[in-house]
Amino acid sequence: MPQASKTRPKESKNLKIVKDATCTFCGCVCDDMELTVDLDEHRITKAKNACVLGRAWFYEHTLEDRPVVLIDGKEATLEEGMDEAAQILVDAKFPITYGLSDCPCEAQRVAVDIMDTINGNIDTTTSVCHGPSGMAFQGVGESTATLGEIKNRADLVIYWGGNPAESHPRHFTRYAVTPKGMFIPNGKKDRTVVLIDVRKTPSTPVADIFVQVKPGKDFELLWALRALVKGKKISEDIEEQTGVSREILDDLVQRMKNCQFGVLFMGMGLTMTRGRHFNSGAVYSLAADLNEFTHFVAKPVRGHGNVTGADNVVAWQTGYPFGVNFNRGYPRFNPGEFTTSDVLARGEADAAMIVASDPASNFAKKAIAHLEKIPVISMDVKETHTTRLSRVRFAVATYGINTGGTVYRMDDVPISLRPAFDSPFPTDQEVLEGICQRVKKLLSGKKARVAA
Amino acid sequence: MGLSAPPFSLLDFIAAKHSRIRTVATMILVPGRSKKQGTSLNKGKLKEEYLTVTTTAEMNERDMRRLKLSNGDKIRLKSDVGQAVVTCMGKKEEDLPSGMIFIPYGPSSSQLMGSDTAASGMPMSKHMEVEVTKVGS
Repeated sequence: MPQASKTRPKESKNLKIVKDATCTFCGCVCDDMELTVDLDEHRITKAKNACVLGRAWFYEHTLEDRPVVLIDGKEATLEEGMDEAAQILVDAKFPITYGLSDCPCEAQRVAVDIMDTINGNIDTTTSVCHGPSGMAFQGVGESTATLGEIKNRADLVIYWGGNPAESHPRHFTRYAVTPKGMFIPNGKKDRTVVLIDVRKTPSTPVADIFVQVKPGKDFELLWALRALVKGKKISEDIEEQTGVSREILDDLVQRMKNCQFGVLFMGMGLTMTRGRHFNSGAVYSLAADLNEFTHFVAKPVRGHGNVTGADNVVAWQTGYPFGVNFNRGYPRFNPGEFTTSDVLARGEADAAMIVASDPASNFAKKAIAHLEKIPVISMDVKETHTTRLSRVRFAVATYGINTGGTVYRMDDVPISLRPAFDSPFPTDQEVLEGICQRVKKLLSGKKARVAA
Repeated sequence: MGLSAPPFSLLDFIAAKHSRIRTVATMILVPGRSKKQGTSLNKGKLKEEYLTVTTTAEMNERDMRRLKLSNGDKIRLKSDVGQAVVTCMGKKEEDLPSGMIFIPYGPSSSQLMGSDTAASGMPMSKHMEVEVTKVGS
């Protein structure tokens, strides 16, 4: 099998060009890739238009020499793996599924079907990403726009708690900072870019204005901005509280009120820190307030390639975007109760199906400790801490490189995938459909038992 | 343009609060994404490059001098729930506030994260208070 290399791989002569392919590494989901595919080596050798993260995504996802299925560490057939997975899920009283943000909507839909059938719990990586923004969205609403509108209209772009230069490199160049738009004919020259963060990052030089807020004081700063926008008084010690002077706040408020089209992009620096959904709610509220003066929108900058699709699919199938529980036979939504980190840390789940995610690396110790005690079914394109502790592990094809399907960009725009080369590994969708059929057969059309 | 807030020393405040001696300090850990974390992630999360990236913490050079640390030293980060030993690298004083440590997301930062989500589903993944101790060069 070919080995991944650090630099651009060498090419043979049996090449294929895939135009308008889509990169699914991050939530930008750039769909203007031109891929050169070495069909002999089964790898992508050139990814025109890709950023540094996109190039790593395309070059490093080759065909690895892994068994398709391992059960208790022993090689098994795909059918045996799906049989075992279905049995684990049917036998469990509180089965959960988690992940799903790095697979197409078509696979996500089947995962919901399985959990609906067995009265399980379904959650996605949204809960530890912009789940708090999802909660805020339900509470205060969202003044929103597509990235296309932002590219064409936004003359004030504010990034809060994010570092796109390292996490979403083309967010600047394709959507929000440098591109020329219909009403932004000179690109960056026609925009003012503000970055608000607790530290300087590689994104800072892109900004015209950098505002450094004290860690954990985002909410206070946002609330002060809301007050100033509404012409209210704010505390005289605001600089002591937030690290940001009144002069800077006044300047920012004037810029926000006087722009033609403003956007607040929020990163996980808001959702993962003190305040969580209150921070996101304050951002949405600030954007809504500003619509009394001008046009202003707020959008979360989403991480994984199809995490936005996961929100959409789970929402259209259950009515809720993440953290959904079917134990009573109908969907219930309650972050903190049905979100995976909590369900595991409290030791409630007795089986887990993890799709395209690595909670054994990313979750808190207590949650990981419980994951180690219960039967785990995993599907992933590479070996991870989670696949290593799994009773049943499926090696699957890479979405967007080996498979087609649909993904949602971070602004909820659906985009079709154009695969580059075939994989001998099954797709997430095929494995999930196989498990779903077996689960339904085992239950003979009945619903699974309900947890107490 | 180019406005920015004046620098502040969180470490001075916290050090006074905790009355720590110079080689042990309580600091704020901010895990996050980095470009190297993103590219090495694609090679594999069990590969050496990813493990190296996610066990390398950045600290303000002034804080490093205060704690008698040099680039490449091993430090123990200890929170209420766990600990991790990582490599320490200096960052210019103007780029990283005093009292703050940045580390790319990974298994080490997860070890320090509490499981309480305050009914949000989200553990406090940034802004963690950690005790920093030098453990070796």
